[in-house]
Amino acid sequence: MHSFWIIFKQAFITKARTKSFLITTGVVVAAFFLLANVSNIIAIFNGDENEENTLHVVSENPALLENFQAQLVLMNSEIEAVPTYLTEAELQKSITEGTIDDYLVLMLDGQLSARYVSESANEMGGGAEIENAVQAIHTTITAESLGLNDSQVGQLFMPVEFERQAVSESSKSQEELSQARGLVYVLIMLIYVAVIYYPNMIAMEVATEKSSRVMEILISSVSPVKHMFAKIAGIGSLGILQMMIFGLAGYFAIQTAGTDLTEGVFSVMGFSEVKISTFLFAILFFLLGYFLYAVLAALLGSLVSRTEDVQQLMLPMMILIIIGSLIAFSGISVPEASYVTISSYIPFFAPLVMFLRVGMLDLPIWEPLLSIGIMLLTIGILGWFGARVYRGGVLMYGSSQSLKDIRKAIHLGNKK
Amino acid sequence: MALHVDQVTKKFGDFTAVDNLSLSIEEGGMHGFLGANGAGKTTTFRMILGLLDPTEGSVRWKGKPITYASSPEIGYLPEERGLYPKMKVEEQLVYLAQLRNMSKGDARRETAAWLERFEVPHYGQKKVEELSKGNQQKIQLIASLLHKPSLLILDEPFSGLDPVNVEMLKKAILDFQKQGATIVFSSHRMDHVEELCDDMSILDRGKIVVGGSIKSVKRSFGKQNVRLNMDADLSHLCKIAGVDNFTKTKDGAVFQITDEKVAQILLAEAMKLGTLRHFAVEEPSLEEIFIAKVGKSHA
Repeated sequence: MHSFWIIFKQAFITKARTKSFLITTGVVVAAFFLLANVSNIIAIFNGDENEENTLHVVSENPALLENFQAQLVLMNSEIEAVPTYLTEAELQKSITEGTIDDYLVLMLDGQLSARYVSESANEMGGGAEIENAVQAIHTTITAESLGLNDSQVGQLFMPVEFERQAVSESSKSQEELSQARGLVYVLIMLIYVAVIYYPNMIAMEVATEKSSRVMEILISSVSPVKHMFAKIAGIGSLGILQMMIFGLAGYFAIQTAGTDLTEGVFSVMGFSEVKISTFLFAILFFLLGYFLYAVLAALLGSLVSRTEDVQQLMLPMMILIIIGSLIAFSGISVPEASYVTISSYIPFFAPLVMFLRVGMLDLPIWEPLLSIGIMLLTIGILGWFGARVYRGGVLMYGSSQSLKDIRKAIHLGNKK
Repeated sequence: MALHVDQVTKKFGDFTAVDNLSLSIEEGGMHGFLGANGAGKTTTFRMILGLLDPTEGSVRWKGKPITYASSPEIGYLPEERGLYPKMKVEEQLVYLAQLRNMSKGDARRETAAWLERFEVPHYGQKKVEELSKGNQQKIQLIASLLHKPSLLILDEPFSGLDPVNVEMLKKAILDFQKQGATIVFSSHRMDHVEELCDDMSILDRGKIVVGGSIKSVKRSFGKQNVRLNMDADLSHLCKIAGVDNFTKTKDGAVFQITDEKVAQILLAEAMKLGTLRHFAVEEPSLEEIFIAKVGKSHA
């Protein structure tokens, strides 16, 4: 057990000290802070355009202007309507000169009419809001002329009750679905990146040790199986640490940004109602996916003699991950599709696809458990098989670049 | 017997790499392994180390099979040199020694002492890839014996070294033997084996063709060399009965004989031809034995 920890520590510390690891971690953390503060940053750049919110109103009727101003305040609009005493010709000149952006002409000639003038017709910054405000004033005036009282007007404009309801009890309501979707999407992305990144690291490690021939010394000191699993555990822990750093960075980024999770970018992602179980499943499926692919990567890495050949041998494994991710990403909009259900039990796709289903649907607990069981079994079989290949593979040198070498490796490492 | 290799055979498919090989080495002994490329030296070493399992036969170290439990007792310098190119020398040596169950503190102290001995104390903080090949070899040797193994296996320890470094490493290996270690090493260089070893074996196509103490090997070879240095033409002397072979040299000739008595006849005959400057009966060199034994079977 002693040597297991030495290899574990070695794998963990040397990788944690590499420049690429530090840079990646730094860049991602920085990206989180940038993303969380994106609305503040946009605000900084928009700061000098505040005067755009001033709308010049030409009106001969001061009561109408007051009414309009009151309506804008009611609508929480940022537009500030100010009366102007310039003529329309002068205002148009100002627009072409760029000193003002737009102006509005309000007229009450029996019927309310308005004309909104801006530099180009499709520049609709506040156009819609202004139109709404004018419409509201028009409604009030019309209601008054028809002799309706306030409550009658209120009834007229009562919004209709419209609710979406799902028949299936297991399915989440539309609202819940869209809330879960963003978070699940982000977490699938993370699992996807992690099961590519860390197992690749392992394959590279193993191939480097083999190509530098230090492997023969290592496996004459400790058993190849112990070496392989210590390495997988070491880099796995490093992965967990990195993910935890990302998690904390994300949390603090949001805290310091001063926005809460229901606003801006985050409202789209649906972070407002986060279920703890989703996070726990994400960690669980990350670990399972990692071990599954790490064993496979160690096996493949042990077959090559030169680090240049690693990518070539890793290709089949990458394709598996990519197929899994395609199913998962496409399944986000149709989590109940049968192809999603089936592939969530296939061990190589399960880390991504079963997590998607767990995150999006209310599954009976046996479903994820069955999938986890299948994965554990596969990891066990692969671990046993991988250890056999590894034992021989690490002793094998030559132009080994194909999967056929697995047989040769098993043969070489065979116990009689 | 400390190391006992008993009728070991290793087959890779149809190919027999090591064929019914037996070997016994006493505790504290130094055994030289000679063999052409592909003779099965590395495969034998890998079986002794337990990296490969013999198809038949067994290997025992102090009466027990070698497993990873005996890892702290064993040191290995592989033929293909291997160190982490990007790791610092000291860190690397300490790591490898720790894998063999040495404590970190001891490993640090020993590393410093060995670097000092090999006159490269400042290399501790250098990366391996920055060192010359000869110096990497020194580090590799340190890696094999830092943890004070009682059985040290060295696969071609001197290949690619300059004569000064060869001497330095030879002396280190001899000193290590004096401290009680049992050492097995392989080489292409007969002179190294002759100089360092008590016992030796010549391996050819997975079989030991000659084995035993160097003295007994030479004696049992049954041939000696008679060196005659004189100016006269000696070529007709090869017709004397008992002379197997005749080689002209710069100063005269060397006759290979099977019977010691023939040497006296040669001397008498030569003296008739003129002034004899030098006469000597020489032991055969390992090189001759090697070529005779291995070269013949290849023919």
